[in-house]
Formats: sequence, structure tokens, C-alpha cells
Amino acid sequence: MAHAKSLRDVSTHYCPGCGHGIVHRLVCEAVDELGLREQTIAIAPVGCAVIAYDYWNFDVCEAPHGRGLAVATGIKRVKPDRLVFTYQGDGDLASIGMAETIHAANRGEDISCVFINNACYGMTGGQMAPTTLVGQKTVTTPLGRSPERKEGYPIKVSELLSQLPGVCYAERVSVHAPALIIQAKKAIKKAFIAQQEKKGFSIVEVLSMCPTVWRMTPPEATQFIKTQMMKEFPLGIIKEKL
Amino acid sequence: MAEAAVQAGCMFYAGYPITPQNEITSYMSKRMAEEKRVFVQSESEVAAVNMVLGAAATGVRAMTSSSSPGISLKQEGLSYIAGCRLPCLIINVMRAGPGLGGIGPSQSDYFQAVKGGGHGDYHMIVLAPDSVQEAYDLVIESFNLADTYRIPVMILADAIIGQMSEPMVLRKPKIVKVSKEWALTGVKDREANVVRSFSLKNEALFAHNLLLQKTYAEIRQREEKAESNNAEDCRILLCAYGSIARIMQPLAEDPAIGLFRPVSLWPFPEKKLQTLVRNNRHLEAVYVVEASFGQMVEDVRLAVNGKVPVHFYGKAGGAIPQLEEVRQKIAALRKKK
Repeated sequence: MAHAKSLRDVSTHYCPGCGHGIVHRLVCEAVDELGLREQTIAIAPVGCAVIAYDYWNFDVCEAPHGRGLAVATGIKRVKPDRLVFTYQGDGDLASIGMAETIHAANRGEDISCVFINNACYGMTGGQMAPTTLVGQKTVTTPLGRSPERKEGYPIKVSELLSQLPGVCYAERVSVHAPALIIQAKKAIKKAFIAQQEKKGFSIVEVLSMCPTVWRMTPPEATQFIKTQMMKEFPLGIIKEKL
Repeated sequence: MAEAAVQAGCMFYAGYPITPQNEITSYMSKRMAEEKRVFVQSESEVAAVNMVLGAAATGVRAMTSSSSPGISLKQEGLSYIAGCRLPCLIINVMRAGPGLGGIGPSQSDYFQAVKGGGHGDYHMIVLAPDSVQEAYDLVIESFNLADTYRIPVMILADAIIGQMSEPMVLRKPKIVKVSKEWALTGVKDREANVVRSFSLKNEALFAHNLLLQKTYAEIRQREEKAESNNAEDCRILLCAYGSIARIMQPLAEDPAIGLFRPVSLWPFPEKKLQTLVRNNRHLEAVYVVEASFGQMVEDVRLAVNGKVPVHFYGKAGGAIPQLEEVRQKIAALRKKK
């Protein structure tokens, strides 16, 4: 298969079995297949994908941790005909950036968000994220995340945002199996098209493997998504008002 | 200041309600719509400054405004904006602190404005108006300086300037056009642009820092701004900025007292001050007056470098130094000699 023009021909710094490489490619293929490379301005996150701009071959802006959707708002409002999307992890989007996330969605900004949910902070060594499963061990929940110890519950970001009238499309996908990867790309394309049609805010939540932090082999990590994460975060369209 | 921004071609404004600068936000909500430009009432100060980061990254003129506690919240974004070398305007209509403080006038954010405020080795150009006219003129100049040097510029005003009415002339703005090849507009007919401050490699980040420092050195060289009155032959050189300088103006009617008013707080006009001190053989002391408990005085001391004594009088927390008390303090100082 031809290499997406939007994806640079370089190796990435990602760990073996990590989902970022797959999602980077899906995003770039979606951009290219829609013929939008020259109109694209993406926002890179703080987290493992911080240097996504070294892999993507279109214009990219850095954003402080959690502020991706505020930066995207500034860009989109002055360049309303560009394709503007953020690429953010669970800590970025749903912990430190929850205010920016909810309000960009509530304003109905014509922006798409590709949300990588791997149930942990990867870059900083595997701390508890807002999406960490109950009972899941992390370096800051050594006994497993416990609601009884007031460590809370996994936040279902897509369901939460779907309550807002400004959100036109929310779908949860996964990249742990080939058939699902194809579905993930379809969802990303749908979000980008919704944005081009100015329907409002769109989010694609991607369940993604983090074998290093999960202390698993890559195959074990795909099984973890299938048997554990998908129970808490079921796949499918959560909202579609297109 | 808001109209000046419109005149200067500001295409994007984001702000969050805070006293004493709500007039800017409400004015912009109306004027920007009239001009078919962008106004956003953001969900927070943090979001506002990051929206400005995004808008500025596309190459348009963008701004936010706030007052002291709100400016504290913006510091993260300002550090990123400086690191990403993005031009924009930030207005701080200072109020009394620390903490929630109060809505009275103050000059207690000098350190935060000129010494960084956020993390990392960076500067903003900081300009301090002493009248409504100058506030208008400096806003226009700020956008020009920001574009010229790819740097955030802060107008450091206070609640007196922010709430004052006085006659002024809406001068036709002189707009400096700067081409922005670095801007994010889409990759049509060029390589991809990236706006970033981050480098995984230490050598690259070091080189980036050197580039920033080179820009700061150029600005220091070229952009000192100050006004003086009766300063060449005075005995006491009173140094104050913004509305406090305005309040102290009548002191210069005494031939023994001269005034030195920094307009650029960063770069601090040290060469101008040093020249005055060096060339005035009668000068007995420099007397710094601020609506703070002593912030700019540190830069004055560094510039004067022991050539003459530097004295200080200041009040803050909503109280401001009064003309008569400063007159008496200077008289007492001279009598002691």
C-alpha cells in the first residue's frame, strides 16, 4: 500500500506494540484520502505523541498540556476553512485539560479530537490516568485503582461529551485488531467530514495499547483491551447528529 | 486600548471577566463583531491565552487582556508563546494583590511582567502608559514590536489608567507589515511549518535558547523607551512609571527635582538612565516611587550601580503614594544632607 503523503518516511520513537504508530498512520491516511493535507493544521499534545510533528507532514502547532482544544479554537476561528484537529491522550484531554475539552465541545467548535485512551500516563512512566480501570495497577495506584480509597472511577469522556448539544459525533474505536483498525479509520474520516461540513465538535476515542506501562508483551496488551478495557469502554457510535 | 487594537488590525481577542478591565472585553465583543473579526469569551484565563497562542500561530494579530490574578493564570501560556516565538499582545490592568487582593490600582506585578513570570529564560517586551492617549499609542506600537521581533508584548497599566476618562486623539495607526513565513496556514506550495518550543535533544534546545537570547539582546539595544523632565541639571532624579509618574509630575516644577519615566519596563531603559546620571554633576540621589513595596527600584539600582544613592518610597495593597507625601519625603532627605 502506498505510503500516506502526510506521514513522513521516518522511524518513530514509540515502544514496540504501542498504538500511536497505527493511529498516526490512520490520521494521515484519512487526511490524504480526503485531499485535505494542504488545508490541515493539527495540534500536537504533551505526552508520548509530543513530537508527532516529526512524523506528520502537514502544519502542526504545539500546545501546553491539556490546552490542545483552546489552541485549536484560536486556530479554527481565524482559519475556519482549515481542517483543525487535536491528538490528545487521556491525561491531557480528561484530567489537566478537562475544562478546555468540555468548553470547546460545548461551544460546538468545528474541530475534531482524536483521543488516545490507553488508561495510563505513558510518557511519565505509567501513573494513574482518569481512564485507568478500577483495580488496574499503576505506579501511583500500586494496589490497584480503588474507588473505596477515593481514587475514583474511569471517566467515560465520549459519553460525557455526548451530553452536550455542541457535539455532533462521538465514536469509540480500538486499534488492537486489524478489522477494528479499518473501522477506526472510517470513524476518523467521518469526524473530519463532519468538521468540513461545519456540524460542530467531533471526537473519536481510540483504545490503544501501552505494553511498556502495562508490563505486558504486545500480544498480551491487545488481549487486555479485548478482555478488560472494552468492558468498561464499549466500542461503537455514542452520538451521531450528522 | 481596545479601539487601538482594532485599529492595529487585531483579528482575534479572547478574554475572561475580571475587574478592573471588563471594559476591554465588553467593548471587544461589540467592535470585533462589527469588523467581522473574532471575539471569544473563554472559559478561563488559561484557555484565553492558549486561544491567543493558536490564533497567533496562524500569523494574525491576536490579543488577550486581564488583571493581576488572571495574568498569573496565563503565565504557563506566556512561557509557551515566548518559547514558540509567537507575536501577540497581553494587557494587564494591574490591581492590588497578593492573592485575590482587591480591585484598587497597584504596580505590584512589575517583577512578574519583566522577570519572566512563567518558567524558562524568556522575556516579553513590557510597556507602561501614563495616559489614555499613550495607552492607545502603545497598543498600536506593541503589535508592531511583537511582529518585528516575534515576541509577546505586555501593556502594564493599572486600575487608574484602566478606569480613567480623558480627551485623546485617535491617531491613524502606522502598521508595520512583517511577512510571516513561519505561520501555520496549510502546506500548499511549501514544506510543513511547525510551531513548537519543545526539543528532545539538548543541543537543539540550547540553540533555540541562544536564538531567543539574540533577539532579547537586539531589543535591549534598540527599544529602550523613557521620558524625562528637568533631569539634566536636577539634584534629585525621581523615577516612576505609569500613573504614578503622572501623579508625581508637579514635583518637577521644583528646579531641584527631575523626573525620569521608563516607558519600556523591559527592556528597562538603563542606558538612558545611566546617561542622565553620568552627565548630571549636581545629582545627589535617585528617588524611586512605586505603587508597590519596591520592585522597579531593583532595576534602577542595577542601572545606577552605586554612582549615586538610590532611595525608595512605595505603597501598595490599593494604597498609592501621594504627591504631597513624596514632596515632604524628598524635602526631608535633602535637609538631612
